[in-house]
Amino acid sequence: MAKHKTPLLDQLESGPWPSFVSDMKQEAEARAKNVNNVEYQIPVDVVEDLLGVLELSFDDGTTHWKHGGIVGVFGYGGGVIGRYCDQPEKFPGVAHFHTIRVAQPSGKFYKTEFLRQLCDLWDFRGSGLTNMHGSTGDIIWLGTTTPQIEEIFYELTHNLNQDLGGSGSNLRTPADCIGQARCEYACYDTQDLCYQLTLDYQDELHRPAFPYKFKFKFDGCPNGCVASIARADMSFIGTWKDEIRIDQDAVGGYVSGDLKPNAGAHSGRDWGAFNIEKEVINLCPTECMRYENGKLEINNRECTRCMHCINVMPRALRPGVQTGCSILVGAKAPILDGAQMGSLLVPFVEVNKESGYEEVKAVIEAIWDYWMEEGKNRERLGELMKRRGFQSLLEAVGIDPIPQHVSEPRHNPYIFWKEDEVEGGWERDVTEYRKHHQR
Amino acid sequence: MAFISSGYDPSKPMENRITDIGPRKYDEFYPPVIANNKGKWLYHEILQPGVLVHVSETGDEVYTVRAGGARLMSVTLIREICEIADKHCDGYVRWTTRNNIEFMVDSKDKVQPLIDDLESRKFDAGSFKFPVGGTGAGITNIVHTQGWIHCHTPATDASGPVKATMDVLFDDFKNMRMPANVRVSLACCLNMCGAVHCSDIAILGYHRKPPMIDHEYLDKMCEIPLAIASCPTAAIKPKKVEFNGQTLNSVEVNNSRCMFCGNCYTMCPCLPLSDKEGDGIVLMVGGKVSNRISEPKFSKVAVAFLPNDAPRWPQTTDKIKKIVEVYAADARKYERVGEWAERIGWERFFEKCELEFTHHLIDDFRDPAYYTWRQSTQFKF
Repeated sequence: MAKHKTPLLDQLESGPWPSFVSDMKQEAEARAKNVNNVEYQIPVDVVEDLLGVLELSFDDGTTHWKHGGIVGVFGYGGGVIGRYCDQPEKFPGVAHFHTIRVAQPSGKFYKTEFLRQLCDLWDFRGSGLTNMHGSTGDIIWLGTTTPQIEEIFYELTHNLNQDLGGSGSNLRTPADCIGQARCEYACYDTQDLCYQLTLDYQDELHRPAFPYKFKFKFDGCPNGCVASIARADMSFIGTWKDEIRIDQDAVGGYVSGDLKPNAGAHSGRDWGAFNIEKEVINLCPTECMRYENGKLEINNRECTRCMHCINVMPRALRPGVQTGCSILVGAKAPILDGAQMGSLLVPFVEVNKESGYEEVKAVIEAIWDYWMEEGKNRERLGELMKRRGFQSLLEAVGIDPIPQHVSEPRHNPYIFWKEDEVEGGWERDVTEYRKHHQR
Repeated sequence: MAFISSGYDPSKPMENRITDIGPRKYDEFYPPVIANNKGKWLYHEILQPGVLVHVSETGDEVYTVRAGGARLMSVTLIREICEIADKHCDGYVRWTTRNNIEFMVDSKDKVQPLIDDLESRKFDAGSFKFPVGGTGAGITNIVHTQGWIHCHTPATDASGPVKATMDVLFDDFKNMRMPANVRVSLACCLNMCGAVHCSDIAILGYHRKPPMIDHEYLDKMCEIPLAIASCPTAAIKPKKVEFNGQTLNSVEVNNSRCMFCGNCYTMCPCLPLSDKEGDGIVLMVGGKVSNRISEPKFSKVAVAFLPNDAPRWPQTTDKIKKIVEVYAADARKYERVGEWAERIGWERFFEKCELEFTHHLIDDFRDPAYYTWRQSTQFKF
């Protein structure tokens, strides 16, 4: 018999999509039965109370969680978010219900042995409910009490060789796409860059010293599967400088219908026979391709590497071999000044494992210096860039302006000339001027 | 429920303390076929919805079966995933950035038994635990935020509307009939932890009532200058108020300037704004993050407000279903929702999707607004 009646939530148990309500109910039941005799360190009926408080929200249309309080582990400023219920008498099991962010492995690959260790720890010391994964990428553990936080951290670090993720005004846990682990488009090793930078910047991740949050995301190619261009203060998007590799026989295979276009991605509908002219040549945004006499030609100098032709004919076309990444900066969700997309700062940089990624780190650290010097409290990098201008960022990181930095030149001539750019400077003698110009 | 120590001694927090070790290294968890072929993949093919093969220059193949899942997941369910991964995949599994679970096997004969196993598992009340799909030109899983289950600022729930929406779109999770991939996202307030501002279809929680002011406690619980500084529209000013015969330091809110972002509430718990009638959903459409054919695009507001009709949000899911069906019927192959809307014109988009255009949909927020007005005589009647 359920502790709280949940007639509204019960309606989310029907339908084909996996029901989180059914899953919560099975967890509530598993805790009540406790076949493994776990000595639960937080209330056994925590999931029942969570269902109860969620039912209340479904009924009254408002949340019942208070602000985060100051909880955390000694020496860290992030990784734990305090959470308290605003109806603790009705739902004592979730009165204190703090979130723990556990840094996910790059690429979100797991061995079941490790997953089970995580489950055992969280079953024992928390609610047994998780997010796989949170929006930023961490494994999220939903709900435990204050006395358990240090215990969980101790067990994570000592027994599981595993650290917490970021929260607050610091580097948030970096995240990447699947990259070269299982994708032929990836132009650099997203997992290794993500992992190495996460390790190199552990201090920035755990101890808030920034004006506000800061996110890194790593996309292996311009398809952008981890959405870095929209979601990261610094987006590292794989690209190449040389020529798209062409296998003319395979192009012929697509034209003749022997190979499935789009790697089969459009097979749910009969779109008719594949037409290379219509589906590839004419959709190329730079019109830099032609197909004549059974031969595909690409004017690579004019190509902007949008990935369309490669996506359509993956067995015939591959990114070039001179690969690296573009760095875009300043993306963020809307608050405060509206949503921002990443702006191109570094068109191409080598992603060089042997150098310890020093070329990439030089850009990161120059940006952090600028942001920590100039940024206001709770000002994201993108907002600082808008306030101070793109020029100010270029100057701070020592990058020369190039046309690639803009989609078009400015619409107004209101140029803030600097004194040293103007011949003779700005100091002039008005008396001398008046000798030739009456008042 | 006796307290059991991990070995941590609160009186000596630094003793044997381990810090700054980061996550586990990714390559500990690579299945052998991934470890052996990393960086050597030649091409891939989607064999059927939810099933991919990647072929390596070594001749190796890896077959991936992708299953949808709720991102809110119990340890019981994760253990079941482990059981499946042990049975079919030598104990390896991964998650995608869109909350899908991927099971990988190294030969084709292992694929069908895996699919059959995944599709056979259901919760007691009937929903699938691991529906296979979510690939190619279809509708994959929804990325989302916490909502009412765990957050203090939401204007809607997250897991609830996601479940309701995926039930309605389920056939297209298991199919690839769309003109291009359709990415649906949900963020339960304007903070957008889920960053829905570049999605084909975005479900966004939004408040519509300015904050209430809890004068009695405000100065005790909040830093007034921080609350004032947090407001993007400078709608909050300091104010002395009379309360029970006392003069208290507090604030006043210029309601007509409030954009309902809730930023003040994040800084000051004495400015709550959630409300059953006030809160609801904004639907946005036409965003994308891919650079394919056209540049990445922001999502645009298509419906200014839909109520929180829990538990199934039918008004929201009806509108989403309508947009998806009109797009599927009308867009050209490869056109994303935003590219299609731009080609036919937004006036046609509203007409075809039978959406009302109201004054709320004309941008009036700061400078960028001007660039969204029509500075041309080119329009369609």
